[in-house]
Amino acid sequence: MSLQFEQLEVGHALPALTLPAINRTTLALFAGASGDHNPIHIDSDFAKAAGMPDVFAHGMLSMAYLGRLITQWVPQAQLRQFNARFVDISHLGDIPSCTGHVVEKLTEGSQQLLRIEIQCANQQGQSKIVGDALIAC
Amino acid sequence: MIDKQHIGKIFPPHTVEVEKGRLRFFARTIGETDPVYVDEAAAQAAGYASLPVPPTFLFSLEMEKPAPFSWFSEIGLNLSRILHGSQSFSYHAPVCAGDVLTFSSHISDIFDKKNGALEFVVKDTMVTNQHGVHVADLSSVIVQRNG
Repeated sequence: MSLQFEQLEVGHALPALTLPAINRTTLALFAGASGDHNPIHIDSDFAKAAGMPDVFAHGMLSMAYLGRLITQWVPQAQLRQFNARFVDISHLGDIPSCTGHVVEKLTEGSQQLLRIEIQCANQQGQSKIVGDALIAC
Repeated sequence: MIDKQHIGKIFPPHTVEVEKGRLRFFARTIGETDPVYVDEAAAQAAGYASLPVPPTFLFSLEMEKPAPFSWFSEIGLNLSRILHGSQSFSYHAPVCAGDVLTFSSHISDIFDKKNGALEFVVKDTMVTNQHGVHVADLSSVIVQRNG
């Protein structure tokens, strides 16, 4: 899909993306697939010894979901910048819900760009990641 | 406290080939449904040379080396007390399976908040491909909880 810069207004919402609940299998597979083998995400004994109630999700898992939110909306080749702040830990049982909307239309030289704000929250509406991205149009 | 003398520390660059199997495993794990990320013909029809590296996978490729966490202890970060604070990517050129990427990282900042209860380390990474093209930049902020 190619975005029509002129037709998109500030406030335009991206199609939302809701994921299955995070479970231990999710984290084990993501550890392998992402190459992040930090035991705090996959070994309950290690997590508890570190003072956590249990294993918890990699921040980069939720950021990967936000990546899907963006690339199901625009082809990845248009993505110029992607920033995320991990504001809270995602726990087992959390159901990630990714949303976003256009916050700014700008022009740099001859390049038209959209700035979007994006968020990943759980089923209680608690923010886990807030971020933004720049999309070339 | 983490020694601020580590600001500017340069890590040895490493080079990694982007493999289709790794990309498909990653796509499946995050529930990716877009065929562009798993089917090379679909990717090529969409204008990519091969399967594209999804937006966050450069972070994984950066860790694709022996002892990816050794830099934590090198500068005084403790694996059991750290969290990923934030992550940024800037994309300058497409990256696809078959590309051979070189990651060059350095510590760009170290600071603390709340009288040292939280320490922050910023690591910046430049990514170039086999043609010497600067394809992306990454910036990671790692937070250490003290006490």
